Amino acid sequence: MSRVFIALQDNENSRFIVEAISEDNPNAEVKHSPAMIRIEADDRLTIYRETVEEKLGRDWDTQELQIDMISIGGNVDEDDDSFTLYWNS
Amino acid sequence: MNAKTSKRLNMKDRYRIMTRDLAWEPSYQRHEDIFPQEDFEGIKIVDWSQWEDPFRLTMDNYWKFQAEKERKLYAIFDAVSQNNGQMNVSDPRYLNAVKLFITAVTPLEYNAYKGYARVGRQFGGVGARIACQMQSIDELRHTQTQIHAMSHYNKYFGGMHDFPHMFDRVWYLSVPKSFFEDASTAGPFEFLTAISFSFEYVLTNLLFLPFMSGAAYNGDMNTVTFGFSAQSDEARHMTLGLEIIKFILEQHEDNVPIVQKWLDKWLWRGYRLLSIVGMMMDYMLPNKVMSWAEAWEMYYEEAGGALFKELERYGIRPPKFAEQTVIGKNHVSHQTWFVFYQYGHATAFNTWIPTAKEMDWLSEKYPDTFDRLYRPRFELLAEKAAKGERFYNNTLPQLCQICQIPLAITEPDDDTMISHRDTVHEGERYHFCSDGCRDIFHNEPEKYVQAWLPVHQILQGNCGGADMEKVIGDYYRIEMGEDNLEFEGSPEQRRWKQWKQAV
Ligand SMILES: [Fe+2]
Ligand SMILES: [Fe+2]
Ligand SMILES: [Zn+2]
Repeated sequence: MSRVFIALQDNENSRFIVEAISEDNPNAEVKHSPAMIRIEADDRLTIYRETVEEKLGRDWDTQELQIDMISIGGNVDEDDDSFTLYWNS
Repeated sequence: MNAKTSKRLNMKDRYRIMTRDLAWEPSYQRHEDIFPQEDFEGIKIVDWSQWEDPFRLTMDNYWKFQAEKERKLYAIFDAVSQNNGQMNVSDPRYLNAVKLFITAVTPLEYNAYKGYARVGRQFGGVGARIACQMQSIDELRHTQTQIHAMSHYNKYFGGMHDFPHMFDRVWYLSVPKSFFEDASTAGPFEFLTAISFSFEYVLTNLLFLPFMSGAAYNGDMNTVTFGFSAQSDEARHMTLGLEIIKFILEQHEDNVPIVQKWLDKWLWRGYRLLSIVGMMMDYMLPNKVMSWAEAWEMYYEEAGGALFKELERYGIRPPKFAEQTVIGKNHVSHQTWFVFYQYGHATAFNTWIPTAKEMDWLSEKYPDTFDRLYRPRFELLAEKAAKGERFYNNTLPQLCQICQIPLAITEPDDDTMISHRDTVHEGERYHFCSDGCRDIFHNEPEKYVQAWLPVHQILQGNCGGADMEKVIGDYYRIEMGEDNLEFEGSPEQRRWKQWKQAV
C-alpha cells in the first residue's frame, strides 16, 4: 500500500473540488496548511467531473484542475469524465 | 455521459489529432541525422508511439489555461504593489529568503527553459517533443513571473539588484549553477532523468510546497502567488518526469542499469542542493510552517518511498546513499546556516543568530541534535556578538569538487566529525564532501576535473583581485555594509523601523 496525494491552492474553486473529492473518496484525508490543501488516500483517488459540477453549480472541464492543482503523487489517468491518481504497487 | 461532452471530440481523440497526427515520417533524411543525440547515451528506444501524456494537453488548451493563470497572478502583483505589500511581511529578516530565491532559483528556471528547448528538439517521438515544448515555455514564464514578483521588493530591499551577474560569480550560487550545468551538458535522456524526474518529481515539492506555504504565512503575497502559479505547471512537469522514466525502462532492459546510475547521481546531487532550502525553511522564515526534517519525511521519505516501490517492478532500487539523507535531515539546515553566518560578509543577504523563541522551536523539532550540537554554538556566537565581536570567518573553505558546497557537513556515523573524502586522478588530488559526491566523480572524472570552483578561482587570481573586498565588492557586486553582514544594526533593519514608525 502507498499513499497518493494531490495538493490544491486554497481558493474558492478548490473548496468545492475538495468537497467533491471527500464525497467520492470517503477514505481521503484532507490536510490544511497556509494557502494550500493536501488530500491523501491509500493507493487511489478519483475526482469525478459530475460531482465537481454539482458542487460548483457550473460546467467544469477535468483539465481545469490544472489551474488550481499545485502538486500530485501517483500515476495519472485522465479523461473527459474523471481524473485519477493511483499506484500499482 | 451527458450530451454536452459527446458533441465535441473527446480528450483522447483531440490529443491524437492535435499532436501525433501533426507529425510526419521523414522521407529524404535519415532518422539518426535528424535526431543525432538520441542514442549516444546507450538508451534504446524501440517504439516512440508508446509514449503517453496522461494529461493529453493540446496547444490550444495549453494557451487557454496559461492565460487564465497569468491573469490571476498579475491581478495579485498589482494589488500588492498598489497597497504597499512589502510592509505586510512578518519581519524584515524574511526578505533575505526572497533575495536567496531570486539569485539562486530564478536563474535555474531560465536554465530549465533553455534545457527543455534543447532536448525537446532531440527526441524522435512527437509526444515527448510537445511535452518538452510546453515545459520550456512554462519555465520561461516562471523566470519572468518571479522577476516581476520580486521587482517590487527590489525597490525597497537590497541584494536583488544584480541577480544574473551574481548567479554566474558568487561562491554559494555556484552550487545551484553547477548543478544545473551538469544536467545541461549531459545527453537528452540524462537531462530528463535529472531534471524532470529527480528534481521535479522527487524534489521540487520540498521547495515549492512547504516553502511557499511559509511565504504565505509570513505575509509575502507575491511569492506565494507566483510559487503556486509555477507549481500548477509543475504538476504537469512531475507527470512528465514519471512518464519518461517508466517509458525508458519499458522500452529496453539495457536501459535499466543506465537509469539506475543516473538516479543514484541526481538524487544525491539534488539532496545536497536542497541543503540551502532546508536552511531557508528552518532559519529564514520567521513564522514557521514545518521543519525541514518534517518536509523531508513527507515529501522524500513518504512520497519518494511510494515512487521507488512503484519502480521496483522495472528492476530499479532506491537511490544509493538514501539512508544517509535520513540521518542528514536532522543536521543539514543547522550546518548550512552556520556556514552562511560565518561567511556573512560574502553573502548578498543578511545573517543572524536565531532568537530565543526560534531556538526553542528548533529544539522541539530537532530533539536529538539541536540542543546537543547547535544551540551551544549559536549561544556562544550570540555572546561574542553582544560583546561587539561578531564572528566572521576570514579563511576560504575547501569546496567539494562535485556539489561545490564547503566541507562543513558531518559524517553520517559521527556528527562531531566533518565528512571529507579525496581521490587522486591523473596525478591531481580532488576533494569531496561525501561518498555520494566522490562516486559521481569516479563515474565521469573527465567531466568534473573541469569544475569552476569559486575558492580555487579566487586563489588563482581570477576573481577581481587578491583581497576579499575586491572579490566581494567589484567581482560579485555585493555592496559592502549594505547588502551583506549581520542583520542586527543593518541599514535594512534601520529602514524597516523608520517605515513602521512613519505609518
Ligand atoms: Fe519552473
Ligand atoms: Fe518545472
Ligand atoms: Zn559534495
